[in-house]
Amino acid sequence: MSPNTRNLLQKVWDTHSVRELPGGQTQLFIGLHLIHEVTSPQAFAMLREMKLPVRFPQRTFATVDHIIPTDDQQRPLADALAEEMMTALERNCADAGIELFTPASGKQGIVHVIGPELGLTQPGMTIACGDSHTSTHGAFGAVAFGIGTSQVRDVLATQCLTLARPKVRRIEVTGALGAGVYAKDVILAIIRALGVKGGVGYAYEYGGAVIESMTVEERLTVCNMSIEGGARCGYINPDDTSIEYLRGRPYAPEGAAWERAVSEWRSLASGPDAAYDDVVSLDGDRLAPSVTWGINPGQNIGVDERLPLVDSARPEHRASLEEAYAFMDLKPGEPIAGTGIEVAFIGSCTNGRISDLREAARVAQTGQVAPHVRALVVPGSQAVARQAQEEGLDEIFRAAGFQWREAGCSMCLAMNPDKLVGREMCASSSNRNFKGRQGSPTGRTLLMSPAMVAAAAIRGKVTDVREVIS
Amino acid sequence: MSDDTRPLVKGRALVLRGDDIDTDRIIPARYLRCVTFDEVGEHAFEDDRIQAKGNHPFDDERFEGASILIAGQNFGCGSSREHAPQALMRCGFEAFVGGSFAEIFFGNCTALGLPCVTLAPKDLAALMDAVSLAPEAEVEVDVEAREVRHRGKAFPATLPDGTRDQLLQGTWNAVAVLLGAGDAIEQTAARIPYLRGYAD
Repeated sequence: MSPNTRNLLQKVWDTHSVRELPGGQTQLFIGLHLIHEVTSPQAFAMLREMKLPVRFPQRTFATVDHIIPTDDQQRPLADALAEEMMTALERNCADAGIELFTPASGKQGIVHVIGPELGLTQPGMTIACGDSHTSTHGAFGAVAFGIGTSQVRDVLATQCLTLARPKVRRIEVTGALGAGVYAKDVILAIIRALGVKGGVGYAYEYGGAVIESMTVEERLTVCNMSIEGGARCGYINPDDTSIEYLRGRPYAPEGAAWERAVSEWRSLASGPDAAYDDVVSLDGDRLAPSVTWGINPGQNIGVDERLPLVDSARPEHRASLEEAYAFMDLKPGEPIAGTGIEVAFIGSCTNGRISDLREAARVAQTGQVAPHVRALVVPGSQAVARQAQEEGLDEIFRAAGFQWREAGCSMCLAMNPDKLVGREMCASSSNRNFKGRQGSPTGRTLLMSPAMVAAAAIRGKVTDVREVIS
Repeated sequence: MSDDTRPLVKGRALVLRGDDIDTDRIIPARYLRCVTFDEVGEHAFEDDRIQAKGNHPFDDERFEGASILIAGQNFGCGSSREHAPQALMRCGFEAFVGGSFAEIFFGNCTALGLPCVTLAPKDLAALMDAVSLAPEAEVEVDVEAREVRHRGKAFPATLPDGTRDQLLQGTWNAVAVLLGAGDAIEQTAARIPYLRGYAD
């Protein structure tokens, strides 16, 4: 097949195929393996039990993100279980010769934030991590997917995985986004349109004018939530934007190697006549700031819309809607704007980057956090925190009544002390509004962009950010 | 044939209705604070069960001892945590029947030798109703024939060829197969541009 008719996924897949296995599966070489403290200790234990070494230790990098506290990171950590996990990671990495980014290194952060910012993530790579949001790295035109712990073991032992090649769906987002409409709103709209399981069996290739004009950080937000639409991986073809982002990053190639890398990267983009298994289109001009109202990310509406009526849903969806309304204690037909909140969380691998904090700070400086709202800003990495402090964003947040924290996953999944309490309603820039996700079994989550979270924090209720920044 | 082959799983089944049941619900994140999987089974569906106040299928004594879990659409969506299938396995489940499965969950189950087979919506509804009425009757998940049977009724099931091969041949622990490629792994690495430092 000529390069013009192949899409990026096919090109990357073919380059990394070690061999075809029976039943249509591929033994795929994994070029970059990222690990963290939650899903790796059991994998190292399995390896020890099988008496196998780590085959390519220089192709695995580690960080600590899920369990790390965002207030006091002094060792030993106050939570003995968290300390045990962190110690296990340190020992496993030291034994195997794997580079680990601890808080002391100054490079620590959420695995999907540091991979790109260190230049570890590059176009054309196959990337795996024991974390479903590994799809994030597709923003550079990498084929990146989340795996479980047994597969972490497989990669450590062989640098390979057994996988079936996914189909590819091209998603075109046309037009241009209005003020106050962000990458988060684009991906929420895509998931709303295609459903939370619409992407099962597919890789999503995002394109069109809206995607092409996005910065790398915005693209990372879009690819990050591919998995919330059921697609294990999502990617954007490499272009000037992604290539320029990588220039000069610590792990990016330099000199003559850089020039050769750039020409290689450009050749990876899907050809003009590339074939896809499916193509869908979304009109970016019509998108509004989005807010989830239910218990999965597909249950979202524009902030100017009313909550959907159960009767008007397709029969097979009605039970899910009823379950969501019962859990959220919201009423069909009511507007989502004006819904009261008690907690505001800005951070996560979806929206914890410097551009996210800049947009949120722009809103934060228009007022004060409402008296009954607890508001947290958690930078995605130490590098993001340093940059934000250099720009004075931390001061803006503090002055407005937000807590300024240290880097980690924090209240996205509440494996550390940052948690909802009871029935609290949280405006959150994270990626999942599942029941109990933010640490209280009955706590409730409304997903939205960081700027929308800041607006909700100040008004104490869901607010159209366009009213605040206009 | 090794003991790892999984041609057929036979046992009583538990019906868990509802779509999009995510892995945070299967095993809440606070129980991921561990370095082994030993204790995750004790916390399967813990928060859902508390909120259901005894009315959760996992607390329904008619389903006690079930080894097959029958779920709805998109079961196991969300987080990649293998703690989810590990928890269910440690509760005694050996196979899953559903409308559809999230891919990472499906892959994690396969890596543990736990078949996940899917049924057409109307067959799934019929099976759920039949098992709810007669939970004492055994269900057979036939990996080889790609069929689910209950009280003499057979439903055609879907299972990808590659996964079926792994289960039938007992090669679901992929390490041995992957190691079998031998030097081909290093040879592949040697032709990948970025692993060569983008050298000429």
